[in-house]
Amino acid sequence: MHFASWAFLLFLAVLVPVYYLVPKRIQWIVLLLANAVFVGFAGWLGAVFMTVTITTVYAASRGIDALILRQRKTLAAMKATHTKEERKKTRLRFEKRRRAVLIACLVVNFGILFVLKYGAMIGKLSAELFHTREFGADLALTMGISYYTFSSVGYLVDVNREELFAEKNPCKLALFISFFPLLVQGPITRFETVGKALLSPHVFDGRRFLSAALRIAWGFWKKLIVADRLLVAVLALCGAPGTYRGGFVLVEMLLYAACLYADFTGGIDIAIGVGELLGVTVEENFRRPYFSKSISEYWRRWHITLGEWFKRYVYYPLSVSKPMRALSKSTRRIGAGVSRRVPVYLSTILVWALTGAWHGSNLTFLIWGLLNGLVILASEELKPVYARFHARFPRLTASAFYRGLAVIRTVLLLSSLRILDCYSTVGEAFSAFGSLFTTWNWGQVAAGIPSLGLAASDYAIALMGVLLMFAVSMAQRKGAIRERIQRRGTVASVCVLLLLIGTILLFGRYGFGFDASKFVYSRF
Amino acid sequence: MRKKLLTIGGVLLCCIVFFGALYALSRLVAPKYREALIEGHLTGEYYDEETDHDVLFVGDCEVFEHFSPVVLYNEYGITSFIRGGAQQLVWHSYYMLLDALETETPKVVVFNVLALKYGAPQSEAYNRLNLDGMRWGGAKIGAIRASMTDGEDFLSYVFPLLRYHDRFDKLTAEDWRYWFSDGEPVSFKGYIMHTGVKPATKTPTPPALSDPRLPETSMAWLEKLAALCEEHGITLVLIKSPSIEPYWYPEWDAEIASFAKSRGLRYYNMMDGSETGVDLSTDTYDQGQHLNVIGAEKLTRWFGGILKEEFGLRDHRGEAAYDADYAALSVRYEAEKQRLSEGME
Repeated sequence: MHFASWAFLLFLAVLVPVYYLVPKRIQWIVLLLANAVFVGFAGWLGAVFMTVTITTVYAASRGIDALILRQRKTLAAMKATHTKEERKKTRLRFEKRRRAVLIACLVVNFGILFVLKYGAMIGKLSAELFHTREFGADLALTMGISYYTFSSVGYLVDVNREELFAEKNPCKLALFISFFPLLVQGPITRFETVGKALLSPHVFDGRRFLSAALRIAWGFWKKLIVADRLLVAVLALCGAPGTYRGGFVLVEMLLYAACLYADFTGGIDIAIGVGELLGVTVEENFRRPYFSKSISEYWRRWHITLGEWFKRYVYYPLSVSKPMRALSKSTRRIGAGVSRRVPVYLSTILVWALTGAWHGSNLTFLIWGLLNGLVILASEELKPVYARFHARFPRLTASAFYRGLAVIRTVLLLSSLRILDCYSTVGEAFSAFGSLFTTWNWGQVAAGIPSLGLAASDYAIALMGVLLMFAVSMAQRKGAIRERIQRRGTVASVCVLLLLIGTILLFGRYGFGFDASKFVYSRF
Repeated sequence: MRKKLLTIGGVLLCCIVFFGALYALSRLVAPKYREALIEGHLTGEYYDEETDHDVLFVGDCEVFEHFSPVVLYNEYGITSFIRGGAQQLVWHSYYMLLDALETETPKVVVFNVLALKYGAPQSEAYNRLNLDGMRWGGAKIGAIRASMTDGEDFLSYVFPLLRYHDRFDKLTAEDWRYWFSDGEPVSFKGYIMHTGVKPATKTPTPPALSDPRLPETSMAWLEKLAALCEEHGITLVLIKSPSIEPYWYPEWDAEIASFAKSRGLRYYNMMDGSETGVDLSTDTYDQGQHLNVIGAEKLTRWFGGILKEEFGLRDHRGEAAYDADYAALSVRYEAEKQRLSEGME
């Protein structure tokens, strides 16, 4: 069941009234059943993997919780009778056992993810290298596995860090892991917020319902009117790297930037909106990312929950880990600066390599991740240069013009990096990017744009869509736009909602002959 | 309280405007089938009929371009209508008849067997041509369910905007002209006239059949069609109208003949021009695939005689309601023949 399907809308139309009509104490059970239906529609294999995750994470979290309890009791009992050293030894013994449980669970869950993400690639590589029969060609990610695995692992680590008590009821944990709006493309959530909100009773609120409907409609609007339209041209451009070079590559970069934004933020708007329909507040995943003035700022505003996850569960623990501290210490004799930078650099590079790997098995993603890391580190290194420039030209750098230039530079830079996402090999991507500077073919570009599978009316609609998205983002700087619409009254909200629905029905790319089922980020 | 009422009123007004606009847009973007693909207009024209019919033809282009109800009435007094459509498959025909039975019970139903070669839905476009014009009811629902190809969804038949929304940039003058009006019929009781002459010059060389039998699915639908006729006391007549393409294999012909015999039905293979008088060197407008008006009139005259003699159909000439109806139709028919003959086709 895909978001952009009548089945999903029917599913919501049945679920929402039932959810609010049943007694509040069983609302979460209704939701759990809804999750089961949603997962069931995606196929039995996905259900099996999800069951494995739920079972292992539940067992591990309960095991860790029990160990924590025993650790506390033991240490309390030892307080009067044992030395500090002995108590430390005991604590470390317990922590080691907890870590073993944690690692075992991580191996199982990341193992499944790894096999599904990289199985086909490994099979192909092994066949090429060892001339064996290719295996794993039919391995594919099941719905939402990248997202719920990360959310589940986050929960387990939080339990191990004693920031959370393990959920005693496995069904309640299953509710968090399988919460259906988040299975298509996230966001990656935390039990602390979403898990608890899911278990709380919810009363129907007309205002919230309307607000959620507006957000869902806006998500569909971006997806069906802008993203799916631009995707046709993007696929045409990416599909013929030998033909579309030079200026076409710039067009592709910009179209892809708009397409990906509309697709990903659209899907997230639908997910968050559906959560809101059910009274569950889900973490935001974007904060007007294309208004960022640097790549590092961009990554704090784009796919926020993935960035936060890596920061919280990989970057921070890694940069303060024992080996990293030892490495930092060992480089102290080279210089204080080097010693300070080593943990930061290594952790950053590793996190970006993992971020790249998370996106896919293709080498292009790994290179894309590493390049992002390098750009961020380079920006860090150049900070003193920027500071001097700002100090020298304070009026210029404070101007809207300069800020605008910084925004455009960032969009161009991230679009250049994203080119790796468009091609199947690193060579093709670099060659295409290089052609930007070697092939001057703007005449061909102007003549070739109409042959990319879109009619003039499609370009006009997409342009209007992009301008509207831009205007909405601008307006959001002054506060949440839906709140401002709702402040104008119910009639105004209903008018906007109907206008969105009407334009989707008329200009959306859906129905016979169109495939609106996939979101770009659902493949990651 | 007043504020609440105002809000409810405002919301209701918004909804009325919204649904009104959607309805209007839906009508605008839906194909009108008036100047291009006029076959799509055939299905809906049946509902404009004010008189009933002794004979209903059901089938594909080999009925709606091969038989002229005007000639059938003017020469034999037989009232008829052709519920045919472009690539109208056997289940389409079944549901067209089921739909017609809601309002009338003809004495004879004539089914052209060519469509039996298709055992599965072929194309969304043809489904739309045949089904969009059908009135809503059990027959239409059944027809849609039986016909949908991959990627089609039922809802888009209920709300045509969901299917045709991408036509907003392809609208033509026809769409604006017939936005809210259906205009004159494009057919003559289901018959579409062509006057051109393009002789059949080649002898078809059909590929060998991998399976000499007609698809089981289509034969099962033919059984259902026969049962439906039997249930309503209607005589079902099977025909194979003359054409050289698509090729009608002798193996299929034998199977239909055997089916007809086993069910006590009459089957007329009209491929032999010496019986019908149809000459594919003059009576076709597209090299033997379909008949022009000369061929259609020859075939209708021949078949009218059979209908009269074999099935004892009443001569309705002299009955005021029919005479008036067919007189007006004949005038339009002759005018169209004249217009097309003058090279305007």
